[in-house]
Amino acid sequence: MEQPTKFRAVKAIALISGGLDSLLATKVILDQGIDVEGVNFFTGFCVEGHTQAIRKRQREKIKRNNALWVADQLGIKLHIVDVVQEYKEIVLNPKHGYGKNLNPCLDCKIFMVERALNMVGFDGCKFDFVISGEVIGQRPKSQRRETMAIISRESGAHDRLLRPLCAKNLPATLPEREGWVNRETLHDFSGRSRKPQMTLATEYGFTDYAQPAGGCCFLTDQNYSSKLSDLWNTRGQRDYELDDIVLLKVGRHLRPNHRFKLILAREEGENNFLKGYRQQYIQIDIASHTGPLALIDGDPNENDLRVASRIVARYSQGRNESNVCARVRFPDGEEKNLSIQPYSAHEIPEHWHIGV
Amino acid sequence: MNSTTITLDTTGLLCPLPLIRAQDLAKELAPGSSFLLLASDPGVYYDIPAWCRMHGHEMFQVEESSQENVIQMWIKTAETTSRSSE
Ligand code: SF4
Repeated sequence: MEQPTKFRAVKAIALISGGLDSLLATKVILDQGIDVEGVNFFTGFCVEGHTQAIRKRQREKIKRNNALWVADQLGIKLHIVDVVQEYKEIVLNPKHGYGKNLNPCLDCKIFMVERALNMVGFDGCKFDFVISGEVIGQRPKSQRRETMAIISRESGAHDRLLRPLCAKNLPATLPEREGWVNRETLHDFSGRSRKPQMTLATEYGFTDYAQPAGGCCFLTDQNYSSKLSDLWNTRGQRDYELDDIVLLKVGRHLRPNHRFKLILAREEGENNFLKGYRQQYIQIDIASHTGPLALIDGDPNENDLRVASRIVARYSQGRNESNVCARVRFPDGEEKNLSIQPYSAHEIPEHWHIGV
Repeated sequence: MNSTTITLDTTGLLCPLPLIRAQDLAKELAPGSSFLLLASDPGVYYDIPAWCRMHGHEMFQVEESSQENVIQMWIKTAETTSRSSE
């Protein structure tokens, strides 16, 4: 790799998740006078954005992209990169396995560091090193001393990966040895406590940062992982499209049998969102009463449509009626009405609910 | 109303995809070009101005059509190139 010269300043790329750690890690390096750009990878599983946009449409709070907010606070430029397709390989076949749920954190970190290192900056130049907000011991599987060495090695970054928040607990990296950054100004945070980060945030005057202890993606969520497993099991193959993984974030999911599952909106924002899928999925709502919209994922037979309609009716205002009219719309525009009796609460078995 | 010729329709996409598509289009366009972004996710109200500020682009007009909640944003890309290459 080309070394910085007196004609070219040292440049770093920071992995910006949108959380506190990446904000602080980047700030520490910026304060050393290094030219930093940020990168945020959109995998499709990110916590922010989607669900916020779907469920909180009517609320006043500003819906911001946290990575963009962090970059804006730091005054750096941000690359937001769509890696949905290439990230599939990481989720489907993680070399280092999964964490507690379907989160392939170690492979994910390796992927992101490698990807970041190989990017080119807005000025057309490559980066000299990568900044990561990892802290030793913060996460039980992916942020241990041993795994940090694995990430550095397998990403190909080796000593060009700098973790400013715990650098003093690790061997000196190239930027430290070369004197591009002063090791003395870096930190020695370790363990699960968030206190050192919060103290540093206060020192810097950052107050409005996102989810100090939160995970970066839905794959760490048990309910979400159950729904993803169900998707793979019933389709008979481990694969997904972006729409699949977005829909796993929305609504109640019920699977009465292997042929189909029902995605049932829980509120108006979700109702509106599911309407957008009318050309891809069968939709059911209750024509005679107010109630949720539901999508059918799978290949239901006639009886399945009645079962699905009875579930939808259970969640409608007509739940106590002896008969209601369900409207079934097919992707080709065909429509039919079914006269059905809503299920009572005990007629919907617990095991039909996925990921609750 | 505007002489914008390029329209980027991101309606139905959730954030950050409208932003990613806008960013990718801006990379392709000559500096100082204009385009119209159509979006339905209100997240663009924060994301697009922040992104414009960051990269020197200019969002010179915003409208929300009452029908279908489509947000229209007219954007002029920076006069100097700010290219990410992936
Ligand atoms: S929580 Fe998700 S985004 Fe974060 S490292 Fe793990 S797999 Fe990657």
